[in-house]
Amino acid sequence: MKRKVIIQRGEKSDFFMHEFEMEGGPGMVILDAVHQIQAKDAPDLAVRWNCKAGKCGSCSAEVNGEPKLMCMCRMSDYDESEPIVIKPMKAFPVIKDLVTDVSWNYEVNKKILPYQHPDTEDPRMLQEDVDRVQEFRKCIECFLCQDVCHVIRDSDMKSEYAGPRFLMRNAMLEMHPLDQGNRLETLKEDNGIGLCNITRCCTEVCPENITITDNAIIPMKERVVDEYYDPLKWIWKKLTG
Amino acid sequence: MGDVMEDFEEKKYDVLVVGAGGAGIRAAIAASDEGATVCLVSKSLLGKAHTVMAEGGAAAALGNADERDNWKAHFRDTIRGGKHLNNWKMAKIHAEQAPERIMELEKWGAVFDRTKDGKINQRNFGGHRFPRLAHVGDRTGLEIIRTVQDKVIHQENVDILMECTVAKILTENNQAIGALAYYRNNGKLVSIQAKSTIIATGGIGKAYRVTSNSWEYTGDGHALAYLAGADLQDMEFIQFHPTGMVWPPSVKGTLVTEGVRGEGGILLNNKNERFMFNYIPEAFAAETAKNEKEANDWLKGVKGAMRPPELLTRDVVAKAIMKEVKEGRGSPHGGAFLDIANRQPPEYIKKKLPSMYHQFKELGDLDITTEPMEVGPTTHYMMGGIRVDAETGASTLKGMYAAGEAAAGLHGANRLGGNSLSDLLVFGNIAGRSAATFAMNSKERSINKNDLKEAIANTLEYFDNDKKENPYHLHEELQDIMENHAGIVRDEKELIKGIEKLKELEKRVENVKAFGSRSYNPSWHLCLDLKNMIVTSLAVTEAAKERRESRGGHTRLDYPDYNDELGMLNIIIRKGPDGINVIKSDKKTMPDDLDEFVHKEAI
Repeated sequence: MKRKVIIQRGEKSDFFMHEFEMEGGPGMVILDAVHQIQAKDAPDLAVRWNCKAGKCGSCSAEVNGEPKLMCMCRMSDYDESEPIVIKPMKAFPVIKDLVTDVSWNYEVNKKILPYQHPDTEDPRMLQEDVDRVQEFRKCIECFLCQDVCHVIRDSDMKSEYAGPRFLMRNAMLEMHPLDQGNRLETLKEDNGIGLCNITRCCTEVCPENITITDNAIIPMKERVVDEYYDPLKWIWKKLTG
Repeated sequence: MGDVMEDFEEKKYDVLVVGAGGAGIRAAIAASDEGATVCLVSKSLLGKAHTVMAEGGAAAALGNADERDNWKAHFRDTIRGGKHLNNWKMAKIHAEQAPERIMELEKWGAVFDRTKDGKINQRNFGGHRFPRLAHVGDRTGLEIIRTVQDKVIHQENVDILMECTVAKILTENNQAIGALAYYRNNGKLVSIQAKSTIIATGGIGKAYRVTSNSWEYTGDGHALAYLAGADLQDMEFIQFHPTGMVWPPSVKGTLVTEGVRGEGGILLNNKNERFMFNYIPEAFAAETAKNEKEANDWLKGVKGAMRPPELLTRDVVAKAIMKEVKEGRGSPHGGAFLDIANRQPPEYIKKKLPSMYHQFKELGDLDITTEPMEVGPTTHYMMGGIRVDAETGASTLKGMYAAGEAAAGLHGANRLGGNSLSDLLVFGNIAGRSAATFAMNSKERSINKNDLKEAIANTLEYFDNDKKENPYHLHEELQDIMENHAGIVRDEKELIKGIEKLKELEKRVENVKAFGSRSYNPSWHLCLDLKNMIVTSLAVTEAAKERRESRGGHTRLDYPDYNDELGMLNIIIRKGPDGINVIKSDKKTMPDDLDEFVHKEAI
């Protein structure tokens, strides 16, 4: 069955919408359509992808305005009579066509204090104590949560804010039963956790169904508040220096 | 190009690591720990490499889930699974060091599933006598790559070049001295001078149509090493994983983890028969359940119960499914049924196999907690690769090392599930340390300007106006050739025809065209990848033709049995003045005490 697909093309800031016709088939996903177009009509059409099984988080894009992994997005979920519109993620600078420059995320990650292992023999962890941490470790770094977060997408506050992905990485480390580090100050200052206004857009788009806001960000907000805005603690700190 | 030298960036390091999957990153960490400066070249973004696709677990004889396990038992299973063609020294080092490498990941922040007493839990897997796979649900590879990724970014003196591809290894007097690479995003070139080079580029699956592998798996490292003068070994041994998705067509080949069977899943044909009982090889009979009752006892955890036949090695299970299909007992889309729904409660399945649940739900409209899956063989893993020294990971070319899937030897004729994640940790570490030591004791050798110029010209020639062929179409033709002539079953006639076709295609690949500009241009990247795929495909077919027997992942219809003489030989592929040289080389024999232990009927 013939389907119309419109793809945003071009480099840096010089964009145009390119309409293609392609042949749909059973079970086809959006990434299949892009590949078919590449092989048939547009050999230099740029798209980033790897596993095509929802495990690597490379093929993030916006399909009919919704942030999606193109490999997990079925053609049959879209109305046949309407064209499908594919655009690159909006929150990041376009390199070419559907490929964006996501290097900022790697820079943010590098500044987070990594895991600090205790200096004890044979440390143990119980499954119930790592369940929550394992939820966060499911993250495939597709950066769709970053793409959809208003603080990044609309306000472009990348220099003051780490975004849901990395607020969650902080949470993962802070909730790790063995970790010896403390990231509350950097969460407040460098990673701007206060900027998150809990609209839960990140949780909604997460292809791994991680409850980013409620399970990771809110508990971290509470810890930061307890640490820095608790009046009793504040007085105690003043008194004891 | 004339005399005007193309503009390029120049870099200089002790160690160059080509490939940033588990093996490459682990090697970079090791080399940096030794004090070397390291350049880690990643074909895609960091953390996206094929390692993320590893699902079931990492094999290490920790003995947490069954205290009878030990390195010797792991060693024995690896050799038996590899049909005795393994490099025994590698298998020994691997079994001995895997537990330490896994424990070390925990120190770096990895969070494996736990036993009741808070240790790393271990699951059952094909060919492993005891529950041995450290795991995190069915996303163990992601856990491992994320752990080493978050470690390597904080290592000293490691530069990471993301979305950068090596086009050629540069040599001088038969020694690797660096590489020419290109950045995918802008097409700019970079020459990387390095005293030693580690190849950790993974596999070759993209030469086949039905594969569990991602686009990166184009045999780059195999081709780079071969063209630079290093030996390849055991290239005829490709693992066809028994359980890939078969429906819908768009996901044909996508992996279904062996963990499904490890957690109790069974294989059925269209007559609802548990057919694997009919395919138990003699060598494994003493350690395999003979009937459903025995197999169910094992699932219930009855002490001393034998393992179900679904957990026989992958080569055996893949061929069994193929036979069932061929004889008319297959599932509607040409596979077998894999049932976990009637074996485990829904909540347990979702907890232990979350990404399988997700994958079938999203891509196959199927709920694995209530219905059986349809599965069939898919090209999965390259057992062969760059010939290396067991203790150092050194290739036969001075200054070049290899680790992980790109290296040969550990897995012999068939790899056990779970042994690849432990492989890349153990031998990534070894190669990283040896390459660093070599580099820090070597003189600097500068890259010859003419060699570089030639390499640059070869990399850019695809943009020439007189080129005509579409790389995507040639890629499809290549996949057809490999699928039809060097697939899961082979014979002399088909292999010879395949080689002829590959040679014709090789000529056409010289005429392949990159359309458009140099910035993020997949058609250009594919031109370069195609060149590598042709080299590796020829190596596979030539080696497969030479091995006139059936063993592990290599099945010959015209030679269906083991040949004891060939079982003592490795087939080596070496670049000669007129193309591929195929050489038979004596396999190293293991000491008598280990050999006896491996051959014991049961332990």
